[in-house]
Amino acid sequence: MVSMYQFIGLIPLFPLIGFLINGLLGSKIKSEKIIGSISVLAVSLSFLVSTFIFFEMINLPTEERLKIVTLFSWINVGSINVDISYQIDQLSILMTLIITGVGSLIHIYATGYMHGDSGYWRFFAYLNLFIFTMLNLVLADNFLLMFLGWEGVGLCSYLLIGFWYDRDFENSTTSVAAKKAFIVNRIGDFGFLIAMFLIVQEFGSLQFLSVFSQASVIPSGDKILTAITLLLFLGATGKSAQIPLFVWLPDAMAGPTPVSALIHAATMVTAGVYLLARSSTMFILAPITMDVVAVIGICTAVFAGTIALVQNDIKKILAYSTLSQLGFMFLACGVGAFSVGVFHLMTHAFFKALLFLGAGAIIHSLHHEQNIQKMGGLKKYLPKTAATFFIAAFAISGIPPLSGFFSKDEILWKAFSSGSIWLWLFGIIGACLTAFYIFRLVTLVFNGEERFDEDLHPKEVPSAMTIPLIILAVLSAIGGLIGIPHFLGGSNKFEEFLEPIFKRANYQLPIAHDEIFMEYLLMSISVALAVGGILFARHLYLKDNSIAEKISKKYNYGYKLLFNKYFVDEFYDKVVVNPIKNFSDSVLWKKLDVKIIDEFINASGRITEYLSSLFVKIQTGVTDTYVLIFVMGVVLILLRMII
Amino acid sequence: MIPIQYYLLFAGFLFSVGLVGVLIRRNAIVVFMCIEIMLNSVNLTFVTFSAYLGDATGQIVVFFVMTVAAAEAAVGLAIIISLFRNKQTLNINEINLLKW
Repeated sequence: MVSMYQFIGLIPLFPLIGFLINGLLGSKIKSEKIIGSISVLAVSLSFLVSTFIFFEMINLPTEERLKIVTLFSWINVGSINVDISYQIDQLSILMTLIITGVGSLIHIYATGYMHGDSGYWRFFAYLNLFIFTMLNLVLADNFLLMFLGWEGVGLCSYLLIGFWYDRDFENSTTSVAAKKAFIVNRIGDFGFLIAMFLIVQEFGSLQFLSVFSQASVIPSGDKILTAITLLLFLGATGKSAQIPLFVWLPDAMAGPTPVSALIHAATMVTAGVYLLARSSTMFILAPITMDVVAVIGICTAVFAGTIALVQNDIKKILAYSTLSQLGFMFLACGVGAFSVGVFHLMTHAFFKALLFLGAGAIIHSLHHEQNIQKMGGLKKYLPKTAATFFIAAFAISGIPPLSGFFSKDEILWKAFSSGSIWLWLFGIIGACLTAFYIFRLVTLVFNGEERFDEDLHPKEVPSAMTIPLIILAVLSAIGGLIGIPHFLGGSNKFEEFLEPIFKRANYQLPIAHDEIFMEYLLMSISVALAVGGILFARHLYLKDNSIAEKISKKYNYGYKLLFNKYFVDEFYDKVVVNPIKNFSDSVLWKKLDVKIIDEFINASGRITEYLSSLFVKIQTGVTDTYVLIFVMGVVLILLRMII
Repeated sequence: MIPIQYYLLFAGFLFSVGLVGVLIRRNAIVVFMCIEIMLNSVNLTFVTFSAYLGDATGQIVVFFVMTVAAAEAAVGLAIIISLFRNKQTLNINEINLLKW
């Protein structure tokens, strides 16, 4: 039988072809149908191939599931060999399925959402390019190819945030937001790069398998390993928008909503979690890094959750929610429960993509209104969107048996059993905040009185947009069932599937004793808090928000702080951005550039000018003079030869 | 047989006449003719040595020089004609546009 494994190259190839066709010929193709179909087809073919590979994989015995397929040699310098080769294993195929699966749905959705946009072909070309680079990121078998994908998704993110480059966005333009995303990511990439240099120096290779097998024999707490993992984590904080590099993600909402769903919620921002999961062998040996990861994760989760409580822009709330959920994933990784982190990554991809697409449908039907204070009562106009949105909201709040419940609860349990009550405590606070802010959003948007303009007449979005919503709703609802933990009578297929990837990492962990009673207790607490959060939000916002307004008046100072996002952007502007700008302006530009570099260039020109002025008189233009000088020259040479 | 010195002296004389002509005459066509004289004096030297040393190489070179001279004459005359059309003069001192 032919193994599907050898066709792995097709998975990134299809989106690349789609990108080339739409990117090069898109402006000539007038029909939106053709452009959309090419793009959707490219991604869904990739999804098909990944599904085949996935089913072949689960039929193979565990030890035969890992395979490396080398397409061609890329860099061969000295002892460093880097190939364009893909590593097919449980983790990479799972990520591939999420990317191409959710990606296909969002592509289909986008054909409806972007209808009539002048940059239709450009949009789909970028979207295909994104899928291509993201697949390279997750399939790569070495750090360098992964980094190539890492940078590629950053580029696509930049292009798509600034897609509507002529539109205003929050007192500036979308291109400013795009630039911000790109530059903040660059700081993280710097960490990733340095980490790669250290890896080459230490292990002499960039290949995952070789690096990890060498790293696994290093004693725990090694300095170099701590440095490498901390720097890799810096890269992850950039791409996955964690404290301190999270500021770009809320601004990334300047892009079209399908982009927010695909790149800034479901796939690209989870690359950091993937990086940690992939390098789990190294992280587990650096306890300091693990603590940092867990603390940063939980801080981001709570921090972003509180900001989301009071925001009014529907996409902003979801963006902060994404930050918060990513924080939960990092918390899981930080306590060593990598497979749980990846599990939450998957369920989050479903329900957050659904939330964003639902938000897109709302924005679409209200002609680009994004303020939830100007919505309300949309349930009867958008029945399908509302129904799916509610499912997603329940899933993200962690209400059983929806997907978010299993993953989030597992994270909280692992945080608790890792021995830190604080991580768990902040974890359930974060979970409670999640339930509150998402139901504040849902209630303000779908229930209550209609606060939008009367002449808007919102109506349900076309089926190209509702079908992906429904599919994602089904996935959000049942997606968690593959990871039912043992104590609930499930078999936790998910963890079992990923087990070989994290074998080395799990080996290092203290074995958590399953205390069934504690698990039930903690689970009940977190569910109770989630329900409490939901009920509280319903109570505050269902009728009218006079109570909520009273509270915000009473705690005016705190409300202002949250509403202005803790003034982090202003702080960064004051402390980092403006000093750098001023320094560049007054020193680098006006002193170094104008006074020193330019003067060097001018001086070399002036010296040449002076030297030539000495001899310029010889060139008279009169032939006689030339001949005379020539003859004199010949005579001189002859005399020299004779004498 | 005429001694080789005569040939060489004659060739040197021709060359000097041509050189002085180039240096002192102002008419472009005369300058041009003087250059031809210089070329032919060199040809004469070549042929002389060829005959005296019994080696045909010198004569072959002469053919080359003649060919080049013919081509050069064609091009040179063309230039002179177009110069005259533009400036109505052949005085090379007045043709001095190419300078700093």
